[in-house]
Amino acid sequence: MSSAQIEIQLIASLVAIACAIPGTFLVLRKMAMISDAISHSILPGIVVGFFITQDLNSPLLIFLAALTGIITVVLVEYIQKTGLVKEDTAIGLVFPALFSIGVILIAKNANDVHLDVDAVLLGELAFAPFDRLLISGVDVGPKSLWVIGIILIITIGLLLAFFKELKVSTFDKGLAASLGFSPAIIHYGLMSVSSVTTVGAFDAVGAILVVALMIAPAATAYLLTTDLKKMLGLAIGFGVFSAIAGYWVAHWLDASIAGSITTVLGLLFLVVYLFAPSKGVIAVLYREKQQRTEVSLLTFLLHLRNHSEENERHVNHLNEHINWQKVRSKTVLELALKNNMIVINNDIVSLTKKGTLFTTQAIDYIITNEDSQIEGMKDDFFLFRG
Amino acid sequence: MIFWFVLYQDKMNRNKIMKEQTNKNKIPASAGNIAVQVDDLTVAYNYKPVLWDIDLEIPEGVLMAIVGPNGAGKSTLIKSILGILKPIAGSVSIYGKSYKKQRSLVAYVPQKGSVDWDFPTTALDVVMMGTYGSLGWIKRPRQKEKKAALEALEKVGMLPFKNRQISQLSGGQQQRIFLARALVQNASIYFMDEPFQGVDATTEIAIINILKELRKARKTVIVVHHDLQTVPEYFDWVTFLNVKKIATGPVKDIFNDDNLTKTYGINYKVSIQE
Repeated sequence: MSSAQIEIQLIASLVAIACAIPGTFLVLRKMAMISDAISHSILPGIVVGFFITQDLNSPLLIFLAALTGIITVVLVEYIQKTGLVKEDTAIGLVFPALFSIGVILIAKNANDVHLDVDAVLLGELAFAPFDRLLISGVDVGPKSLWVIGIILIITIGLLLAFFKELKVSTFDKGLAASLGFSPAIIHYGLMSVSSVTTVGAFDAVGAILVVALMIAPAATAYLLTTDLKKMLGLAIGFGVFSAIAGYWVAHWLDASIAGSITTVLGLLFLVVYLFAPSKGVIAVLYREKQQRTEVSLLTFLLHLRNHSEENERHVNHLNEHINWQKVRSKTVLELALKNNMIVINNDIVSLTKKGTLFTTQAIDYIITNEDSQIEGMKDDFFLFRG
Repeated sequence: MIFWFVLYQDKMNRNKIMKEQTNKNKIPASAGNIAVQVDDLTVAYNYKPVLWDIDLEIPEGVLMAIVGPNGAGKSTLIKSILGILKPIAGSVSIYGKSYKKQRSLVAYVPQKGSVDWDFPTTALDVVMMGTYGSLGWIKRPRQKEKKAALEALEKVGMLPFKNRQISQLSGGQQQRIFLARALVQNASIYFMDEPFQGVDATTEIAIINILKELRKARKTVIVVHHDLQTVPEYFDWVTFLNVKKIATGPVKDIFNDDNLTKTYGINYKVSIQE
């Protein structure tokens, strides 16, 4: 690996971490679309900042662009508060308006300078190592590495300082307010960090793809854990993995780095979405199937308990009486037999002691619907799983 | 920058308040105190009043129900007292001072439906949130806070579920977690927004027993309540509310058909066995 390659991967990884942190809270606050709005509407801020500073990495430009991000959020909230339109509509109204101002500004004034819509929207990570930061003539590394590095340090510092406040105001705004942690301060703090991060990252991955780095790792992590700290850790991990894997995919395909990173993020989410142990699609389908079988088994056992007459308990009559198809009856019959809940004598099915006990317990649970009952039952239910 | 400034101001205020609080006694020591006083409170959503000119005195040590039809402003009243909503007129005081100064005396249990129970956190962690107020900004909970949270979980019978993810709890268990979170605040006044909503009979009895214990300890408990039948059994004080205050006072004096009819607008009859 050349040093430029290492630098590109380093920048991409730092951007991924800086995005995953606010992204996690945006996802939990159901505000994913706000990041999309911010990423578009910072364009006029970037353009104006660039006219003033002539430098895409200037702190003033970052400040102006972040300010546009905050203005976006304020405008969206203002329009929404009137009650005339819903939040998604408000977002859809605000960001194209601001974005188009940016596009016009570029078209009118920036023909002769190094700034075009593509560069801002899509970024070009491959060029990042060429723009060096020189301190009294000494090359200290790519400028964007420094920019995103500083943003990341601030983000991590804020996260460590205000983790508790972020958590409580995200989970329960009312409680946070009553405890004196103004939800508005925390909300605008998070919005500021998201805006600054977006501006810092647009140079590397582009203003649009930064949305993917904010939302996708957090959404993926959300499917895998029930612990906020682990969710943050996983989101960061997924972000960094996608950044590095994406770089090599781009290298291999000779394609856009930002595009490849986003593709890896998408694929990663898809894999987790399908295969996550408890929330994944396959796990959910499997669980539903198991539950169906459990209910069938219970129905079957109940039928046996309620009917002492032999003709009701004859194997051949069972599928008629419970109105099941042959295959299903057979599965349930075998399942009950395997677990020693029934015995079959001359094609007449009877409950065993264990079967009777299980049925009674299950009915108790269904009738009382008490949690203590299900706690004891869970082990029994698991007997039938798999 | 503005963000930092606001935060800094808030922190300074808080420190000042903390100092004041440790220096002075927050609760005046005399019998027959007024715990919560509401004067001329008017609250509006989009210029439409939902609470109109409310005057209310809640004496210390009562277990009070706020009753009224849907849209009567019951939750709004609580939220305005707690400073979550801004009134367009009127004022609120907690033991004679503004809520901001008396924050540590007050605990709040929001409606269970007001939060996302899929949030990635555990029962213990939610209860720990009750300690955040006394910690203030930035400081993190430590062993002392954890111990307090575990004790509160024990009190509501939820200790075995402390590491359970909150979405894996039943409605009644979630309500108990919320109650534990309020208990851990060790407050003098408790505000609860429909704590009996969607809980089973066992949990309802468990919760009311804890509330009665709080009253025994001279705490003031204010509950938004829906089930009129249980008012005489559970509460000793009641406020009838329907945008305006209809009546407030001891249950035995004012919980009658007349006030119920005034509040609910229909000829309401409760059969209370005398």
